[in-house]
Amino acid sequence: MNPYPVTPIQIISIIVSFLLLAIIILLIRRKKIREEYAILWVIIFFVFILLSIFRGLIDIISSFLGIQYQPASIFLILIGSLFLLMLHFSIVISDMKKKINTLAMTIAILEAKVPPKKK
Amino acid sequence: MKLMVLIPAFNEENTIVTVIEETKKHLPEADILVINDGSTDNTKKILMQSSGIKVIHLPFNMGIGGAIWTGFNFFCEEGYDFLVRIDGDGQHQPSETRRLLEPIVKGEAVLVIGSRFIEREGYLSSFYRRAGVKLLNILSRLILKKGITDSTSGFRAYNRDAIYLLSKDYPFDYPEPIEIYMLNKKGFKIKEISIKMEERKGGVSSISLMKSYYYLIKVLLTILVNFLYGGNDESLSSDPHSNH
Repeated sequence: MNPYPVTPIQIISIIVSFLLLAIIILLIRRKKIREEYAILWVIIFFVFILLSIFRGLIDIISSFLGIQYQPASIFLILIGSLFLLMLHFSIVISDMKKKINTLAMTIAILEAKVPPKKK
Repeated sequence: MKLMVLIPAFNEENTIVTVIEETKKHLPEADILVINDGSTDNTKKILMQSSGIKVIHLPFNMGIGGAIWTGFNFFCEEGYDFLVRIDGDGQHQPSETRRLLEPIVKGEAVLVIGSRFIEREGYLSSFYRRAGVKLLNILSRLILKKGITDSTSGFRAYNRDAIYLLSKDYPFDYPEPIEIYMLNKKGFKIKEISIKMEERKGGVSSISLMKSYYYLIKVLLTILVNFLYGGNDESLSSDPHSNH
């Protein structure tokens, strides 16, 4: 006998997870997100899909971590994922700021070296 | 000997001309480079009308670190030997640049800092600022094992070895204390001489009281991160150009 009878919330979870994954893939195809920034999203939605299909996974993870209240494991995974994403964004933003500054400096120096136009 | 004077300016319409003229008077052999750090007042207009100086207009406000970094890169590209930094707000007296440069030209140090606190003359800044400066000094003494009395002073002279090293990975926010840290880590000699500072005659400090707490935390963070990271930071390794 299946210890995890299918419930409406499970079906909703599966559908929503697939939908979100589909949105990410669509955005990549339309060049709205670059692949390098979407990898983390794709991985996270894969994890969500796995967790919503195989409900036993949460029990396994909970008992492995020593968590009594299984939903806490879901929140832990969710918060962990969001944390990773935000950290990733911070790294990307810092990198971009560095590049913008280098660009601005290069242009400013070049501009100063070009002789002024005679009007 | 090619000497460059670097003057970062952010909204200094009232003082910049005086600073430039004074500098020309006291260091006639130097090339003056003014970095207009995205000023929103008439600084740009004034600079475009002045002659005999080089000006770089940054496309947006990059902060003091960005302005200095731009000047350093220009210094490297044009192959200068020595650099004096004077702030555009009139706090630093161009008449004292000779004394600042002397140890650099003699090769006694790669960085000379003009300190307000050796003889405690002239303008010493407000109480809250001095408290912050003091804390930074205690920390730099602990970490650098070196008595720098005024680690936030921007009145400085450098030789090319210092500039080549610093321009590689320049700290963008509030770079003065971190410069000391970076150079000290490479075993470069730093010297302080006593100078008098004027209270700013115009403009607004780049660091308001609220921001000075951010300043403190940011500098502490940078120093601590570097401190914990140890002495093998590759990004701080010296540039091969500096050897010839």
